[in-house]
Amino acid sequence: MQGTAQLILERARELMQSGQIQRVLGWEKGEFEHDPTPAFFESEEELQNFCYNDYCGANLSKYLIAASKLEGKTLVCIKPCDSYSLNQLITEHRVNREKVFVLAVPCPGMLDPVKTEGKDLSQGERKDYLLDKCLCCKGAEHKIADETIEGPSLDLAPEDRFAQVRELEALSPQERFDFWRGELSRCIRCNACRNVCPACSCVKCVFDNPNSGVSSKASADDFEENMFHIIRAFHVAGRCTDCGECSRVCPQRIPLHLLNRKFIADIDELYGEYQAGEEAEQRSPLVNYQTTDKEPSDALKGRG
Amino acid sequence: MQVRQDWKPKIVAFCCNWCSYAGADLAGSSRRSYPADVKIIRVPCSCRVNPLFILRAFQRGADGVIICGCHPGDCHYTSGNYYARRRMTLLFKMLEYLGIEKGRTRVEWVSAAEGAKFSSVMNDFVQTVTALGENVKLEDLRCKEPLN
Ligand code: SF4
Ligand code: SF4
Ligand code: FES
Repeated sequence: MQGTAQLILERARELMQSGQIQRVLGWEKGEFEHDPTPAFFESEEELQNFCYNDYCGANLSKYLIAASKLEGKTLVCIKPCDSYSLNQLITEHRVNREKVFVLAVPCPGMLDPVKTEGKDLSQGERKDYLLDKCLCCKGAEHKIADETIEGPSLDLAPEDRFAQVRELEALSPQERFDFWRGELSRCIRCNACRNVCPACSCVKCVFDNPNSGVSSKASADDFEENMFHIIRAFHVAGRCTDCGECSRVCPQRIPLHLLNRKFIADIDELYGEYQAGEEAEQRSPLVNYQTTDKEPSDALKGRG
Repeated sequence: MQVRQDWKPKIVAFCCNWCSYAGADLAGSSRRSYPADVKIIRVPCSCRVNPLFILRAFQRGADGVIICGCHPGDCHYTSGNYYARRRMTLLFKMLEYLGIEKGRTRVEWVSAAEGAKFSSVMNDFVQTVTALGENVKLEDLRCKEPLN
């Protein structure tokens, strides 16, 4: 990790000196090893606080929306899974490709500070401390890059990301309802999931509209939590790259990925396999159709 | 729990202006009956129905929501109902995943000439929802009438 960070820094300094880039978007050292934060670095001096360690799980692509409006090019450190989000943002014209220098950085799997808290990391396997999203890693390949830094990648057979969705589907409607009530009722409507999501990039969000009925910070009623989560998942359906950021940032540890993955699983099954962000300029399944698509009544046949 | 004696389901039907709404008209003028519990909301096209409309209908006390549009291929705006078809399929599957009975949601294609179909679809849907009973999973208590 130390080596990778050094390589990134060297390259960033060179590019800054030659004037090819104006700033660097990376992670800044925190107070502890486990809390680096996304940050812009405008000068070589500022770069002294740059870090790339085992806790740099944060996906930086969304910050490029803001960076696209700034003068000059921004160098961004992109891990393999983040590259999907970046492609999606470019497809949606939210990020200006011309304004970004994509430095593809290797990722050995990132650690979850909640899992490592108070633990001796030399005990047990790295796998036990990985972020949940890393357990379903999409692979070490970057889908977009201007330059690549070589380094160690995650050596782990990914889990089946739909396993839990299938388990839930196999339950009875009442059991499913109880499961989701239990999960969603813990939501404090901090909006962190929306704020972090690279697919949630609307300038005016429905959840900020006081007339939407779902804008309140503290939900006064069960229903609002349901509505918020259904609508949010629906708004990103077909565009969600399954980057796992929403579940990662949720302070209540609500398994939001189980909502997104349900949409992904249904889309794959009904409209053909689709991975958002696989390449730029793809057409998302929800802004597309076939005259032969299944009727809703047929798609809903089966279990009660 | 106290049960309302004379309970009848509240049904919201989103009907596209060009086919299904006209189909409802035809049902009326040809004296085909459908339950008065069905409240029709006219929309320009089936694809105008935002998922939020459906959830809000449930929130405000609907027990079932049905979306009616032109037959695939006949949409006044050429392709609106094709998009709506995908959206509604995914949304309804999601509601089912969250434990909402799938009988409470439906999509039907009803043309302006299908007054009889309109009335039979509505009768059937009201029957299904009546059998499911009151929607308690998606309601907002603040929007409910007090029991007595
Ligand atoms: S991050 Fe978690 S607690 Fe915050 S709004 Fe999203 S689901 Fe709710
Ligand atoms: S919904 Fe969650 S997993 Fe999907 S793109 Fe947004 S943050 Fe990533
Ligand atoms: S106008 Fe009827 S479905 Fe589009």
